[in-house]
This record gives sequence, structure tokens and C-alpha cells, in this order.
Amino acid sequence: MQLSITSREQLDVYRFSWPVAIGLPVLALFLQATLPVWVPFFKIFDLPLLVVIYLAVARRNPASGLMVGALIGLVQDAITNRPMGLYGISKTVIGYAASSLGVKLDVENPGSRLLLTCGFYIVHELIYFSIARGLVHEALKWSWRHEVLSGVANAFLAVFLFHFLDRLRQR
Amino acid sequence: MDNLIKRHANLSLLVVVLFAQLLGLAVQVKVETDEGTTRLIRRWTVAVFSPLQKAFVHGHGGVRNTWNGYFWLRGVRQENEELKAQLDQMRLEQVRLKEDAEQGKRLQYLLAFKEQYISKTVAAQVIGSSGSEHSKVVYIDKGSNDGLHTDMAVITPQGVVGKTIEVDNSVSKVLLINDQSSGIGAILTKRRLQGILKGAPGGVTMLNYIMADENIEPGEEIVTSGGDRIFPKGLPVGKVSSVTPARDMFLTIRVSPAANLSQVEEVLVITEVKERAPDVDLSKGPIRAADILAERLPSVPPKPPEKQAAAGTTPAPAAQIGTAQGATPNAPAPMASGGATAVPKTSTTTSVPKASGATAVPKASGATAVPKANTTPAVTNTPSTAAPKKFSDLDGASTNRSAAPAAPVGTQQPKVSVPRTNGVANSTPTPKPADQSTTTPERP
Repeated sequence: MQLSITSREQLDVYRFSWPVAIGLPVLALFLQATLPVWVPFFKIFDLPLLVVIYLAVARRNPASGLMVGALIGLVQDAITNRPMGLYGISKTVIGYAASSLGVKLDVENPGSRLLLTCGFYIVHELIYFSIARGLVHEALKWSWRHEVLSGVANAFLAVFLFHFLDRLRQR
Repeated sequence: MDNLIKRHANLSLLVVVLFAQLLGLAVQVKVETDEGTTRLIRRWTVAVFSPLQKAFVHGHGGVRNTWNGYFWLRGVRQENEELKAQLDQMRLEQVRLKEDAEQGKRLQYLLAFKEQYISKTVAAQVIGSSGSEHSKVVYIDKGSNDGLHTDMAVITPQGVVGKTIEVDNSVSKVLLINDQSSGIGAILTKRRLQGILKGAPGGVTMLNYIMADENIEPGEEIVTSGGDRIFPKGLPVGKVSSVTPARDMFLTIRVSPAANLSQVEEVLVITEVKERAPDVDLSKGPIRAADILAERLPSVPPKPPEKQAAAGTTPAPAAQIGTAQGATPNAPAPMASGGATAVPKTSTTTSVPKASGATAVPKASGATAVPKANTTPAVTNTPSTAAPKKFSDLDGASTNRSAAPAAPVGTQQPKVSVPRTNGVANSTPTPKPADQSTTTPERP
């Protein structure tokens, strides 16, 4: 496992067709909203976050990364009964950070993807909790154990998911 | 300045987007009731996803039903047998509960209580959820086209699930009772203490505002109190799972919900709740508390004709045994203590408001009451241990009853009451056997 620092020229910038660029986030949001009805355990996964990370890292463009994160996050907020913007802000930051990091790091190998996704998940949850408690005054309980375990679970899922999604990208 | 922005274009964009969202968040927090454009966004999102979810759910349900209904039939026969046995048990239980319910209704009627009952429900299927651990909402496939509105109770046969908070044409959002923003009026069934059931972080459910000096035990059941005007009173909510003293003056009571909130698939939405007076049959005459209480006391059931014949007695016609006076099978005999003795009464009750029902004469046994017109003594095979002194009481009671304002019956039936009889216990078990031999129901 290694995180190699490369120059911008050495890194490939990938593009996605419109159907994939739109359909992928929609599918992730749909599954995230539907599957927990039958599989309550699935709630620990955050498919929209994984899609944000993947698209941001593949495009390596902070502007598009944060916009993708903002849009997906806002739609995810709309599904919940919480104020709009909690997921939106969290995923905007993650989209920006992931694409910025994708410019500097090689995030193609599974090891780096595992670490990055786990770290981004925990950062995402930290931002969410900070906003929810600081701005909206929601009584949320932070549990390091739960968040780390969820981060690891999401990271493993991401490794397999990203491997599959690699087939959909275009140079 | 321009150069600075151009140089850090991405960062500037990030700041702008974050600022816009923070602004939007602040607006929502300040104006919680005014949803405005936020509601529109939510509606659009739901409108996009709900058809997909419906198609997925119905497709999944079709496949599952086909598999379960036609292929996976293992153990169905045994399950059928078990269910049949269970049904028999339930039928027996139902008979007993029906008796109690009837009595309860009559008592409610006396106290002018109005009972709430669920008159209309709409069955719905859960098609989606928030997908978040921080938000406990689900989506159902029924909306305003099906008569749903906001703030309608959503239940399952096991218990309360939540309430509708947003209703679209064909889809509704349901806030579960374990969400932090949820709150319903609840009452502890044993202690009759009222509190507010709320969700807490982590998806747990708490019963709040129960004073710390109350002795609450785990396992106690909790039902809705009806105080929130959304959930009808008496719906099962859950059980107390743990009780810990809090730092403030209230207990920290953790509740285990009756419904499985983590996996709700089908629900009922209560669309109409009506209030009505208890359905009590008044054709038998006015109802009095004494009569209702008397029904709970044991009486002598009608003897089989062959037994009476074997005992050398003349059986009273069926119409004269209890039922002639409209006696219920629970005809009372509060003073039952001696042998089965029927003594023809010498005095005729001329006006008995509740003569149509043996319940009107608490000390009379419907089974042994023989009309005076019947010249044949009813039963004489057992030494009388009856206390004749009570005859006067009975007469007095009759007189009092005749003076009752609402005495519609007045069937003028000659009536012979037997004050003390011994017999088989009433078909309705009496919960207070100690009172049976001594308690005479008070007449208002």
C-alpha cells in the first residue's frame, strides 16, 4: 500500500458520460433511501458519499468536485426530515477535499482508496455533527467506535464499488 | 482582488457554495414553520424518487409473493395446524373479553364517557426511508389522493409507528416515534402516569416527564394517552425497558417500542377517529351501577331439564328461567350460600323497572326465579339455608326501583326471587370471591 505523490501531468483526468454522471448519483441516492427498509444494517453505509468521493477523485477538479458534493448532499437532505444543508455542506467540503487530494495523490490503488475513504467518511461525519450541534442545536451523540467502524465498512465497500465504477469512466 | 479570486478560483467557489448553503440553513432554522422553497425542493426530490421506489417495491413484492406463495411452502401445514389451535384459544379468550367489554361499556355509559374508536384506516406500504442514521422517517405509498393529511397516526397491529408529516398526492412522509423531533402523549398502564414519548440520539425511545419519586418497573406497558389529539387513546406504544434516576427531577425511562421500527413494511394510517357513547342496549331498561356490579357476582345457571326431573322437581319453563325476565347468563346471586333452593315468593313485585332483566334484581337468581303464577313449587330438594330476612330487603328494593324515574319496563311479571341460593358458579368468573357472599350491590 502506498500513496505516491505525483505531478498533475502524471495523473489521468477522467470524464464520465452524461448518463453516468447523472445516473450514478441518482442510483446511489435511490438505493440509500430504499434498501434500509429491508436491510436496516445498510444505514451505516453512505453510498452518496462514496459516489461524491469517486467522482471528485476521478475528475481531479475541485470546482466540479464541490458542486457534485453540494448537489448530492442537498438531495440527500431533502429525503430526510432535517434542515436542508447538513449533508450539503458536509459533502461540499468532502467533494472539494477529495478532488484537491486527487490532484496530488495517486488514488488508484485499493490501499489508498481504503484509507482515503475511511478518512473522508469520518471527516464527513465530524462536519455533519459539528453543524448539526452547533448551528441547528440537534442533540446528537458522537461515538468514536461507531464512526470508525462505519468508516471501515464504507471503505471496504468503496474498494469494491470503485473497482466496478472504473469501467464506466473515460479518459 | 480580481487576481486573487482568479488565482484561488476553486477555493473561492467553495466559499461561495458553503456560504450559500449556510445561509439557506440559517433561514430554515430561523423560520421553522415556513418551509417555502425548501419544501419545493423536498417535493421535487420525493417526486423523482417515489415512482422508482414504488416500482422497485412492488416488483420486489411480486417476486417475493410468488416465491413464498407457490414455491417456498415448507412448514405451512404445521403452521396451519398451530394457527388453528391458536385461533381456538383466541376464540375462548374473546368470549371472556367480550363480557368484560360489555360491562365496561355500560359503566362508561353511566359515567357519560365518550369513547374514541378508529372508524377508518388506510393500509399503506413502506417504499423508502431517509437512508440516514440521523433521521427516522419512512415513506409510504399513499397520499392525499387516498385521504391522507398531515398529523395522522400511523400504526401497525403491534403498536404505534409514527405520524404523517408531509403528504403529497400519492406518497407521504412518516415521522417515526423514535425520531428526535417526534413526541406523543403516553401513559403507563399500571401506574396511570402520563408522560411524553420522544426519540433520543441513537434511535432509542424515551418516556419523559415522569417524576423521580415514582416507582416504575421494567416491563410495564405503555399506551397512547390521546392527549396529543393525533393518536387515539389506548394504542400500544411499547414497554419500559430500563429506568434510571436522572439528574433532574424526572426519571430516565427507556422504552422498547411495540412495533419493529427498524423494519416496518406495511402500516395502517388512521384517517378517521370518531367519538361515540358506548353502544349499550337500553331496551332492557335503565342502567345502574348496582346492576352492572351485580352481573359480576355469581349466580345459579339454569339446570338441565333432565336433572330437575330426576330430582323430582317441576322444571320451570325455559322462558321463565331467567330468560323470561330477560336474564343474562350472568344473572346474579350475590347472597348465594346455601343449597339450591327455590322458594316461591309470596309477594308479587308489581313494578320492577329492571324486571326484564335479572340484573335488575341483584339478589335474584335467574336460574331459580319462578313466577308466582306457576303454582308448582320450583325446587324443594335442598334444605333451605336462605335467609328469609332478605326478602324484606328485596321488596324494599323493588319498591325503590318502582320509584325510579326511568322505569320503562314495568312488565308486571309476577316475580319470585330467591335470595340465597347455592349453585354452580356463574359462567363469568368473579374476580372477587370474598365479596360474593357478603356484598350486596348498592343501589343508587
